[in-house]
Amino acid sequence: MTARVEHRTADLATDGVAQQVARPHPRLDAAWANWKGIGALAAVNHSTVAVRTIVTGFAFLLAGGVLAMFIRLQLSWSGADVLDVRTYNRFVTMHGTTMMFLFAVPIAEGFAMYLLPKMLGARDLPLPRLSAYGYWCYLLGGLMLYAGLLTGQAPEQGWFMYAPLSDARFSPDKGADFWLLGVTFAEIAAVAGAIEIIVSVLKTRAPGMTLARMPLFAWYMLVTAFMILFAFPPLILGSLLLEIERSFGFAFYDATRGGDPLLWQHLFWLFGHPEVYIIFLPAAGLLSMIIPTFAQRPMAGYKWIVAAIVSVGFLSFGLWVHHMFAVGIPLMAAGFFSAASMAVSIPMGIQIFAWLATLWTGRPRLDIPMLYVVGFFFVFVLGGLTGVMVALVPFDWQVHDTHFVVAHLHYVLIGGLVFPLLAGAYYWLPQYAGRMPSKAVGAATFGLIFGGFNITFLPMHLTGLLGMPRRVYTYDPGLGWEWLNVVSTVGGFMLAAGFVAFAVDVALHLRHGMRAPPNPWRASSLEWALAAPVPSYNFASIPQVDSRVPLWDRPSLPEEIDRGVFYLAHRQTDARETLGTTLLDAKPEHVIILSRNSWWPLDTALVTGLFFLGMLLKLWWLAAAGAAATLACVLAWLWTTGDARQPARIDAGGGAVLPTQSACAQAPGWWAMVLALLADGAWFAALVFSYLYLWLGASEWPAAGSPAPWPWIALAQAALLGASSLAMRAACRANAAARDASGPLAAALVAALCATAWIAWQAAASGPSPIDHAYGSTFQTVTFFAVGHLALALVGGGFALARARHGWVRQDRPLDLQVAAVLWHYAVGLATVALALLHLFALA
Amino acid sequence: MPSLSILSPAGPVAAEVAQLWNVLLAGGTAVLALVMGLLAYVLLRAPGHRPRIRETRMIVLGGLVLPTVTLVALLAYGIRLTEAVAAGDGAPQRVRVVAHQWWWEVHHDREGASAVVLRDELRLPAGRPVEVLVTSADVIHSFWVPRLAGKIDAIPGRWNRLRLQADRPGELRGQCSEFCGERHAHMALRVLVASPAEFSAWLETQP
Repeated sequence: MTARVEHRTADLATDGVAQQVARPHPRLDAAWANWKGIGALAAVNHSTVAVRTIVTGFAFLLAGGVLAMFIRLQLSWSGADVLDVRTYNRFVTMHGTTMMFLFAVPIAEGFAMYLLPKMLGARDLPLPRLSAYGYWCYLLGGLMLYAGLLTGQAPEQGWFMYAPLSDARFSPDKGADFWLLGVTFAEIAAVAGAIEIIVSVLKTRAPGMTLARMPLFAWYMLVTAFMILFAFPPLILGSLLLEIERSFGFAFYDATRGGDPLLWQHLFWLFGHPEVYIIFLPAAGLLSMIIPTFAQRPMAGYKWIVAAIVSVGFLSFGLWVHHMFAVGIPLMAAGFFSAASMAVSIPMGIQIFAWLATLWTGRPRLDIPMLYVVGFFFVFVLGGLTGVMVALVPFDWQVHDTHFVVAHLHYVLIGGLVFPLLAGAYYWLPQYAGRMPSKAVGAATFGLIFGGFNITFLPMHLTGLLGMPRRVYTYDPGLGWEWLNVVSTVGGFMLAAGFVAFAVDVALHLRHGMRAPPNPWRASSLEWALAAPVPSYNFASIPQVDSRVPLWDRPSLPEEIDRGVFYLAHRQTDARETLGTTLLDAKPEHVIILSRNSWWPLDTALVTGLFFLGMLLKLWWLAAAGAAATLACVLAWLWTTGDARQPARIDAGGGAVLPTQSACAQAPGWWAMVLALLADGAWFAALVFSYLYLWLGASEWPAAGSPAPWPWIALAQAALLGASSLAMRAACRANAAARDASGPLAAALVAALCATAWIAWQAAASGPSPIDHAYGSTFQTVTFFAVGHLALALVGGGFALARARHGWVRQDRPLDLQVAAVLWHYAVGLATVALALLHLFALA
Repeated sequence: MPSLSILSPAGPVAAEVAQLWNVLLAGGTAVLALVMGLLAYVLLRAPGHRPRIRETRMIVLGGLVLPTVTLVALLAYGIRLTEAVAAGDGAPQRVRVVAHQWWWEVHHDREGASAVVLRDELRLPAGRPVEVLVTSADVIHSFWVPRLAGKIDAIPGRWNRLRLQADRPGELRGQCSEFCGERHAHMALRVLVASPAEFSAWLETQP
């Protein structure tokens, strides 16, 4: 196949930004280059990790798409025999799981990881090894799920895994375990990516880029990342409880032992509904960058959009019950969730009309990315409208779990994610590769995808209205569904051909595309200031930004960045450095010395994989060894942070002499710990919710025959923990006053160690059985959470002690101790809440 | 094969929802046409032709006022309809349905005698409301007779309630609509609607 590559008219090359020839920066190249050969696996650079994530995500899209084609074939006529029933159920489950967990969220984070540093004026993400570790977890988790499919043990319960169908009584095979463990493994990447994105947006914006000057994509990703931090933990908790129920016979969802199958649905949809917006918002962020460029004017209603994004973030956590209208909830609650579901269309409408207003008042040009934007408008608005329909309770009672909903969700997800992603791919490929896409091939591909999509899914609304339920592998003739299914199958294959054409188009583009002039679309944001292909360090000097549209207001910026006019130019160092700035107004604050190539992310992910493998095969020794090795790897990795040989202060240029991150209270590591604890808090809150939910649904709590709680002992345990927190505070104060912190630190460790052992022993010796009743199951799980967190805090405290004894913690480098202290106080707080929940609440 | 179509209702509740669909279809089409019309206009208009509307006004009108007005109206309609279709208690005839993998155990309750139990078959009197209580003996299923009313889940450990009313005698079909394992696709239910007199006669003559 040959591509007709069109020559782009010369006007793009001549007006706009002047031709720019990047000068060589050998020292930066040496510091930032990936290793060659096998060493490339040790790469941590954000461009490399992000491109790997995007390519992997696209590969999973193709895999999920192949499954979809089998599904469509099986449904194309009544009584078809393409797949047997179990294979069909596996394919349906894996299709949904792949698209939601292995394609949509990772690829959106991949785009963000690639674009954010470049848009914000940073040389890399602030925690490069964390995103590399996340990537390996994602890849290994995804491969684990597909290993299940290839060995005939894939999950077959549908991608939302409703209990009790998914518990050990009704699904004794390993399929559900593959799902629970594989998805959880892959989700580590989502949470790690979210932490990375938040720290990046809050702390590594170029000087002068205040929050109000941020590119809108950064706002979108900031809100999305916070949503991930709060939405994924309930799912991870739900999966953990289900896996414990399956493996060890606890009762959480088993109604015969005081559990409740609806608990799973609450936890799942507490994740599942925000998930829809977690998928949509990054894509909307791409559109908010693309549309102003093609309208050649700044985005209309910047503040309106920011307000809309933030309100979507909050509202999306109040909608989950609309997936559960048919479970028999009170009408009052149904009305509330129906109203909340509709309310979310207001911020959506604001965004749609802000994009329209931008085009309206601008000078819009049509090009390949804009074709996909038009496709997005049609598909997404239609999906949004059917979304309003299913938010109406009586209508939902009819169409829930029919093909109408299948059609709706594909309109929302493909319209809301895939069309913007394809627009984004065509838009940023010239930035990545320095070549232009071909209009003819691009337009034909768009035709296949847009046409194929609508032919597949538009008739499917009617299929659902004619009563065809979801997830049936076959159907009787004479119900009026045959011709509709044939049409959907034909459209499905057209859509698949479109994606193949897209892959071919991109491959041709990378090899044969016309050389792109700098900033070919005449965009306003910083990533277009970079030479193409992009240097590994992004910016030769980190620019000062004085406007929301820096390249439009200061066309000389690319040349000045390259010449080294700004920060961190001409540094005589082999370290990777980027700038940390203040949260609100982006004043230079510290210099972040970043990790260079490192094997720790891959090693840590591999041993994390051993843990999940042990859980899967029920080889508990292997799981324990994997967990211990993971902890050891993390400690070894952390030991290499904060190079003590680096000076505590660095001349960053422009008169700014700044501390390095080990000497700065606002370091990325501290932020990452706080954000990780926020996610962890959401995880624990989901557990507390589960405990209270089962309690409120129980006739008797504590369950009949269970030992009584021990409030006085619990108070004593909490007091001992409180004392350890005070000792930890004394250690931080001692360090701040340049005294030795080892004494109080050791005291804190001893006090907490005693309390932890006491709590664990008491629960094991006198607590209720975790098998008989949900009371004992939740009691022991909450205790386990408290003990586990305390153990982790003890390890952190011991780590800080060791670092202090090696001279890495000093008055001017307090970071390690601060991070350990945050973890410490948090764990003590969590354990205190757990003790109160189990022992004091029960008295009331 | 008796139809499962939501669009050909055979009872008052399904008729209300079918009517609702017509309203939704018309309204949805109008909004989609409005947005796509605006988009087509801005992309295809003659160069230099710039309409005089402030961007903030456009955002407020299209993004705030339009959805708020239409959704408040729709929500009021929806809530009224929800109450109408769910209302009423103490129907004279009661049926208890226990869902199993993969069949329906249907108990037709009787005054002063044990219930009449049928497998995969439900009998209803035409023109009379019937209270259906639904639970499950194993996994979650969903009870759905599309031409009569919306679905209600059958969940182990709890009883859910639904009211059914059929307009006239005839045969209808129900279908499990929550994925419940291997034979989910085949978990159908025969619904036989008889005149009230015939129904009562049938109920009384059963052993």
